[in-house]
Amino acid sequence: MRHFSYQRAASVEDAVRAGPGAAFLAGGTSLVDLMKLEVLNPSRLVDVSRLDLRGIEARPDGLRIGACATNSEVAAHPEVKRRFPVLSEALLSGASPQLRNVATVAGNLMQRTRCAYYRDLATACNKREPGSGCAALEGWTRMHAILGGSERCIALHPSDMCVAMAALQAVIHVRGPNGDRDIPFGDFHLLPGDHPEREFALEPGELVLSVFIPFSAAGMRSRYVKVRDRASYAFALASCAAGLEIASGKIRAAQLALGGVGTKPWRVPEAEQALQGQSPERVAFQRAAEIAVRGAQTRRDNAFKMELARRTAVRALTLAAEGA
Amino acid sequence: MKNIGDPLPRVDGPAKVTGAARYAYEWQVPGMAYAVLVTSNTARGRVLEVDASAATREPGVLAVLTPQNAMRLPGPTQGEPPDRVVQALQDDRVYFSNQPVAVAVADTFERAVHAALMVRIRSEPARHTVRLEDELANAVPHDLIAGGRSIPADEARGDVARGLREADARVEQTYETPPETHNPMEPHATVAVWEAPDRLTVYDSTQWVFAVQRKLARAFAMPKENVHVIAKFVGGAFGSKGSPWSHVLLTAMAAKQVGRPVKLALMRPHMFGMVGGRPHTRQKLALGARKDGRLTALSHQSASATSRFDVFVEGCALQARHLYACPNIESKHRIVRLDIGTPTFMRAPGEASGSFALESALDELAVALDLDPLELRLKNHAEKDPIEDRPFSSKSLRACYAEGARRFGWEKRSARPRAQTREGMLVGMGMATAAYPGNFAPAQALARMNADGTALVQSGMLEVGNGAYTVMRQVAADALGLPVEKVRFDLGDSTMPEAPITAGSISTASVGSAVLLVCRALRQRLEQMGASGAASYAEVVQRAGGAPIEERSKAAPGEERKRYTMLGHGAQFAEVLVDPELGMVRVARLVGAFACGRVLNARLARSQLMGGMVWGIGMALHEHSVYDEKLGRIISRDLADYHVASNADVQSIEPILVEEEDTVVDPAGVKGMGEIGTCGAAAAIANAVFNATGRRIRSLPITPDNLL
Amino acid sequence: MPPNPGRRDVLVGGIASAIGLGLLDGCATVPTAPAAAAPSDLVDLSLEVNGQRRALRIDPRTTLLDLLRENLGLTGAKKGCDMGQCGACTVLVDGQRIDSCLALALQVEGRKVTTIEGLARGEELHPMQAAFIEEDAFQCGYCTPGQILSAVALLAEGVADSDGAIREGMSGNICRCGAYPNICAAVRRLRGRG
Repeated sequence: MRHFSYQRAASVEDAVRAGPGAAFLAGGTSLVDLMKLEVLNPSRLVDVSRLDLRGIEARPDGLRIGACATNSEVAAHPEVKRRFPVLSEALLSGASPQLRNVATVAGNLMQRTRCAYYRDLATACNKREPGSGCAALEGWTRMHAILGGSERCIALHPSDMCVAMAALQAVIHVRGPNGDRDIPFGDFHLLPGDHPEREFALEPGELVLSVFIPFSAAGMRSRYVKVRDRASYAFALASCAAGLEIASGKIRAAQLALGGVGTKPWRVPEAEQALQGQSPERVAFQRAAEIAVRGAQTRRDNAFKMELARRTAVRALTLAAEGA
Repeated sequence: MKNIGDPLPRVDGPAKVTGAARYAYEWQVPGMAYAVLVTSNTARGRVLEVDASAATREPGVLAVLTPQNAMRLPGPTQGEPPDRVVQALQDDRVYFSNQPVAVAVADTFERAVHAALMVRIRSEPARHTVRLEDELANAVPHDLIAGGRSIPADEARGDVARGLREADARVEQTYETPPETHNPMEPHATVAVWEAPDRLTVYDSTQWVFAVQRKLARAFAMPKENVHVIAKFVGGAFGSKGSPWSHVLLTAMAAKQVGRPVKLALMRPHMFGMVGGRPHTRQKLALGARKDGRLTALSHQSASATSRFDVFVEGCALQARHLYACPNIESKHRIVRLDIGTPTFMRAPGEASGSFALESALDELAVALDLDPLELRLKNHAEKDPIEDRPFSSKSLRACYAEGARRFGWEKRSARPRAQTREGMLVGMGMATAAYPGNFAPAQALARMNADGTALVQSGMLEVGNGAYTVMRQVAADALGLPVEKVRFDLGDSTMPEAPITAGSISTASVGSAVLLVCRALRQRLEQMGASGAASYAEVVQRAGGAPIEERSKAAPGEERKRYTMLGHGAQFAEVLVDPELGMVRVARLVGAFACGRVLNARLARSQLMGGMVWGIGMALHEHSVYDEKLGRIISRDLADYHVASNADVQSIEPILVEEEDTVVDPAGVKGMGEIGTCGAAAAIANAVFNATGRRIRSLPITPDNLL
Repeated sequence: MPPNPGRRDVLVGGIASAIGLGLLDGCATVPTAPAAAAPSDLVDLSLEVNGQRRALRIDPRTTLLDLLRENLGLTGAKKGCDMGQCGACTVLVDGQRIDSCLALALQVEGRKVTTIEGLARGEELHPMQAAFIEEDAFQCGYCTPGQILSAVALLAEGVADSDGAIREGMSGNICRCGAYPNICAAVRRLRGRG
């Protein structure tokens, strides 16, 4: 780890004031890990983990989840389980109990890729070191994205929580030197394009305060399916968050996002629209799944993800249709 | 009194569950400095320059050892085979990616890690290849070392070509197992303390203190008595700590150069390549059989990867020499040189990889013949060693088949694939034979009776999870006629009587025999001195002046090894559930019945077999050290990218101990159990996957993408 | 300079007598070497470890795991991967299990840390420690302290209501020896007991 200065923020205002040029530290499961590898090298750490940002609060139109609520707290919260089973399932499918006890909502939003090249200083990586190249393009791509990549980066977004939140169309509330603002979930994570080092739609010094998830009928009938190489404690080969609102035997509204395949949590509104008005049956699910992976670019080791993602989506939609 | 066989809980249990058990890195010595390795980025070439200028300017950094400034070792860095060739900064050559090329030493761990990351390596890369396929054409035969002895690369009997011609059914297939990495939970670690310019104490995480002692003594040109190696607890090894690797020498060099005690632990990514692994294998099987299932031909040809600078041969085709009755057998081993770190023994070396191929092929033959796979194996049960034409010292394989099948419920299996489902999952059942040599190597022990009537028994073996502290105490107590509470067994110290490597299922049989002999000798001597029963030992010692009475003995194999083939046997049965759409495989049940001679402690024996079977799950479904071929580097370099089985992957595991008496194999009557649990397990699972899905997977691991 | 604990040695002695063994192998007690560091870049830290308040000056880069092992001599917390992928470093912080390798020591300022050395009540093993011995839930012992603390926390979390839930709940602790079925048996043994 490189040298850094450490300060514990006394208040949100304190944190925001200290923010520009610093990295916010909450649980540390991602940041400390990458600092130890010297992949991320902030010279200043502002510890925000003790700010009053842990609350989970039901509002008339949705749930507001504090940025520093831990994955364990969110997953176990009765309102989360009732309103958004997909979110609870996604959280519980990720990492391990020990990590979930400290990993936070905001930290998970900003979880970095697990690309093996990003984490290995011996190799070229545009995300870690802009302009150095991308060893993954001609390398081992089994755990790399087939959607949203560029010629500079195909690093996979690893979060499970974010896939559920993308499907649920959450809104991220941030505060920065220029005040408060809301960022729609789909805008929060940036595609790598020419600048894979830019990962989030955050201005310097902006601190995530909370995530708002609007209530929906589809959210209450939602499921998360994760396919992985071992039964637990593994990142997704493909995953899917799916929610359905069904009335009179037809799908009235659908929520669908894929994980394990995109450079960001992969929500495809066209796939959701394609489900509207359809009978909740396999043929409709397959069509939506087809649309969801449209434009995928596969490589030698990850070609299977195309078919696996489709099947995972069909499974998640099927389970959602069956109801809890 | 009977201690042997009692399911005594581990006597080192309290130390292990309270954190009091001390592993290598945890020995504390005043003035300790911390060392961290810097490893190569290139797979082949030369180090042109190691720029440590920024690192050495960091506060607290004591030294950065490089090929330019590292001390020249006065002696050779390699001992007798199987000691490994290591890289200790003695020249500028790079033989594989992740090879040590520098060592940063600082007064704290944080400073040493940071310093290591600041070191810049400039190298001149040469063309490399890490792909087995690319070099298969250059494969060459090479003899093996297994169980401490040399074995010819090739053996044959009869005429395999004719046997295949005469067959009614044939299976000719190629199977592949990937490179794997041991990944014991405790990373390799060494603490080096120079007590004097020519006297060194080393705390090491090792499977063989005497190999560490010899290597250090040679390299530093000292008498071996000047090197004291201590290892009281080892946090898993599985073969990877059987040879002292580069870091052992480097730690001692660093300690000498900075003039302080130095400790070094490998970081987890360092463990991929530098400390061995199971090599990539490609195995060709050809089986022929008559309609009734009797084998007419069995050919097993294995090619396995090794490094450019050292040899390790994975003995995949050894089992073909002993396991089935067949008039025409050939078994061949080839090595393929690549720009990789040298592979080494990894739990059931050869047998694990080889049994996947052989037992998968037999399953394919059973399908071709429309025979039950268990019946096919019974048809070809070898009553004597088919190549050596000699008897087995004991063999209870039929009982293993019968007991395993009964407990598993083999009769419920449907021969037709995809015939059974449970809650939407395809159900499949498969089986395989397991076998592992009953190894025995020379071992020494001492036993001392104290004036208080307690006994101390010592041998320089290791506690690596094998239960050495416990079972050796049981053997000693039994031979002396004492309760176990009155006996202490100590190990893990190079000043103790010499023991063979704690590996290859050797040590319990060998050291157990030495302990048995030495305790019998001590008892005899005490009886000669007038003792009548254990209760009188204290009195006898006191009467003789009170000084402890000591005996030393050695156990060694003799001519019987030439007259008999000695193998532990077993039968593995697996039930898998496969998600028909998503390809996820879960091993619902694994039942293994094993006969390995005398069981010293049923509780510990079951645990060891269970562990081996869990390894079979990992081998079948998870483990793979993935090379980036362009970079020539293992890119799955941590435990998130290199999966071993997690708790959730292991559902029902049932190891069964089948009674067996062997009066020939060694004085203790023991065939080691460290490896046999892994043998055949991957094949049983792969065969079950075929039974569930109709898909024959001939290349491990079986991941969801294989089954879409 | 961090204060020399000395406590570890007391504790080891305590355990040896607790077991009535007197033959505890490989647990020789040696004085703890405090990790030295130039005073300029050190910061103050105070926390409670196994019921004892500890005040230290540390390098801010020190992880909780290295603080325990190197500064305090509490080597029961193990370093397996040092990147949150194995659980060998599991300790309890304010009763919750975490991977201590991914926490900066500074993050736990003022918190209560329980390591395996602090689990036994005086001379009596914690029931989970005893259950691990009885069920032979370990072999090499290296992942064991983490497994035991994780198991204690799992029961406190109250979610271990089925075998599947125990397996899943213990999946953050890798055991390379493959003792998983016995680990689950140890947890089952204590489940339902207050």
